[in-house]
Amino acid sequence: MRFLNSEILKFILLALFILILPHVAHEGYLLNVLVFVGIHSILALALNLLLGYAGQISLGHAGFFGLGAYISGILTATYSLNPWIAMLIAASVVTLLSFAVGFPVLKLKGHYLAMATLGLGVIIYIVFNEAVDYTGGPSGLSGIPNLSIGTFSFDTDIRNYYLIWTFALIAIALSLNLVHSRIGRALRAIHDSEVAARVMGVNARLMKVQIFALSAGLSAIAGSLYAHTMTFVSPASFGFNFSVELVTMVIIGGLASIYGSLLGAALLTVLPELLRAFQDYDIIVYGLLLIIMTMFMPGGLAKGFPQAASYLRTRFGKRSSPDA
Amino acid sequence: MLEVRKLTQRFGGITALEDVSFTARKGLITGVIGPNGAGKTTLFNVITGIYSQTSGSVHLDNADISRIPAEMLAARGLVRTFQNIELFGNMTVLENVMLGLHSRSSSGILSCMLKMPWHVKEEKYIRQQASEWLDFSGITDLSAQKAANLPFGKGRLLEIARAMAVHPSILLMDEPAAGLNNSETHELAVLIRKIRDKGVTVVMVEHDMELVMDICDRILVLNLGRMLAEGTPREIQENPAVVAAYLGEG
Amino acid sequence: MELSDQIAQYLVSGLSTGAIYALIGLGFAIIYNSTEIINFAQGELVMLGGMFALFFINFLHLPLPLAVLSAVASTTAAGVLFERLTIRPLKAATPLSLIIITIGGSILIRGIAMLVWGKDTHAIPAFSGTEPILIGTATILPQHLWIFALTLLAIAMNKLFFNYTITGKAMRACAVNKRAAGLVGIDVRKMVLYSFAISASLGSLAGIIVAPLTMTSYDVGIMLGLKGFCAAIIGGLSAGAGTVLGGLLLGVLESLGAGLISSGYKDAIAFIILLLILFIRPQGLFGKAETERV
Repeated sequence: MRFLNSEILKFILLALFILILPHVAHEGYLLNVLVFVGIHSILALALNLLLGYAGQISLGHAGFFGLGAYISGILTATYSLNPWIAMLIAASVVTLLSFAVGFPVLKLKGHYLAMATLGLGVIIYIVFNEAVDYTGGPSGLSGIPNLSIGTFSFDTDIRNYYLIWTFALIAIALSLNLVHSRIGRALRAIHDSEVAARVMGVNARLMKVQIFALSAGLSAIAGSLYAHTMTFVSPASFGFNFSVELVTMVIIGGLASIYGSLLGAALLTVLPELLRAFQDYDIIVYGLLLIIMTMFMPGGLAKGFPQAASYLRTRFGKRSSPDA
Repeated sequence: MLEVRKLTQRFGGITALEDVSFTARKGLITGVIGPNGAGKTTLFNVITGIYSQTSGSVHLDNADISRIPAEMLAARGLVRTFQNIELFGNMTVLENVMLGLHSRSSSGILSCMLKMPWHVKEEKYIRQQASEWLDFSGITDLSAQKAANLPFGKGRLLEIARAMAVHPSILLMDEPAAGLNNSETHELAVLIRKIRDKGVTVVMVEHDMELVMDICDRILVLNLGRMLAEGTPREIQENPAVVAAYLGEG
Repeated sequence: MELSDQIAQYLVSGLSTGAIYALIGLGFAIIYNSTEIINFAQGELVMLGGMFALFFINFLHLPLPLAVLSAVASTTAAGVLFERLTIRPLKAATPLSLIIITIGGSILIRGIAMLVWGKDTHAIPAFSGTEPILIGTATILPQHLWIFALTLLAIAMNKLFFNYTITGKAMRACAVNKRAAGLVGIDVRKMVLYSFAISASLGSLAGIIVAPLTMTSYDVGIMLGLKGFCAAIIGGLSAGAGTVLGGLLLGVLESLGAGLISSGYKDAIAFIILLLILFIRPQGLFGKAETERV
């Protein structure tokens, strides 16, 4: 099938690009930024499955990311468990937890869903701060070991780069498979018309909860990777602001676009570095970006350029194009 | 065979359906007609599990389906179309029909992500079946279009193709001719007959009397939530109560 | 101090923060009723109220009543501007795009506040001294009395406006049925604008009267806004008594929880209540169940 081949080709090109990139951008600082782009890509991808495909918002994903990081961190730093096993446990616990909590949460729609997930995220964040005996409280948890295979430890930027991007590529491949399957179609159908999807036999309720759990579990894996890469975690990285940042990545990259998630994650990770001169004021730029994207480019960067062009044409052009 | 027994539906103080009973016999086209507000769409919403009725029951091939949620009915062979066509606008025409095969496929999230061999096989089957139903409805040439971009008449055909992909034994159609022009309505009549000839029981709510009288085998008349009459098109046309109800409406 | 005395003290402080939540919650409810939008920027308007008050009192040295009025007016203007620039131009408004755009707005307002007033916490002088007043065994600050009095006044004015003025009645009509309201000649878009103006003024008042007790900074809006939303949810998003009761209930529970259980988890209480209400009684504690329409 032609369609399949072009998908595979796109993926291989991306993989090659990622493979070669460190040889061009080998400066330590830049590499560090690219590691973060990788982690954020996994997170944006996870959220996009829920937000872009199933159309269900979550303003609490930083919480799941944090849960993954803390579970992995505590199990290894405090209880000296093998990091890989810790990661597996973190992912499983968060998946199961979010599956259970998903039933009441995803019964809600729109603003109510947004507020409920937000509340969930804030509660998790408060626990990170207050359960000092386990998490170290606001000052954080340190001494988390790096991941390693045998005696090969992922303890340099370049090694972490390849580790995290391997995970990211796997996540991308699996997500691509998923969205081009009956499950992906069902998710998009729920987004477009839940009633019609149900009449066609899609168990919308269960499907939403499943994708919520998958999304949270994937975020937890990103959290675990983050913890073992940074070797230190503190609550500040998992607050409400980061949840909003994740939503921004998805929206800017493009709802229901796998590669768009990468684009959004890259842009929102690199942008603050470029805006460093403005220190904390980059948040103004986020706010503006969100408003402007929602108003003028609701499809995000992935689909947005043609959209924006046609908008500008109809707005300022001679109104010659009949489609609108 | 679809059997509705003494169905009553109340919303707060309003009675939308009262004591409605009828049987849609296998392989026939049953029309449900009645003035606006007669309760026709409510009847469909109750049968398809979108509302749960105040009392009474619905039976599909002698099994009580009254309390079965909407999403479980497709697998039992009951499917419907909507008055204002509910398409999945952001999906292609082909994908819309492929969704119709959801209840006849079973790969879970994991096997889809890992592209397990059985999933690949299933996907191939879904794609092939879907193109057959596109062909059946005569919209194969539109298969790569986004559903939201279809003209209304083609959208109607797509909705029917999608419903047929479920392999229903009963197809409920809510005003299939609404918004169609004469030639499209004619095309629709041909298609509905084709569906019946495949052995599918069709129940349709419709305002277009010409179409109803032309293709329906049995007709049920509702008025203000109650049954007014039931019978063949000829019997209905000669029924004084029906004539009065329609003339009364103006 | 005896336990009963302590509890009396918690009740006093709980009721006063509860009054603040009630005012903010009313703001949420008024906008929701006329537009079905949950304005995520509501909390930032609360913050702006405190910040403008700070500006008028500490920098321009206006007399207190004038400073408060100016701060309310400035925030109201900001609220109106916000509606004009973000909500109204939005063409195909979906719940998702409205959530995103109001979140974007809230971030933007917060960022600008940080730019203007810096990241420090600021103190506003109490309206009439800080000499505690002894009532029975509990002490109460004059500022608490101001909070109760001004909240009551605001709620009463609100009630009068919605029940006895043409504009207020028109807004209630919009809340019931926007289309029908439009058909009888009510300018729905104007009513939406008014609802933002009223919410902003209520929110800013809350921000101003609480600032002398808790201090203020560019980021106080997030929590205050969320608590206000929680109050509105307990009240079933009613623009009346339900939300006021919801706010008071939340304030008292929070205060008791912080005092008797754990102060660290104080903020979690509101969110646990929020989740429980959303899961079990989404129509609010005092509301009637509504059948979901398809």
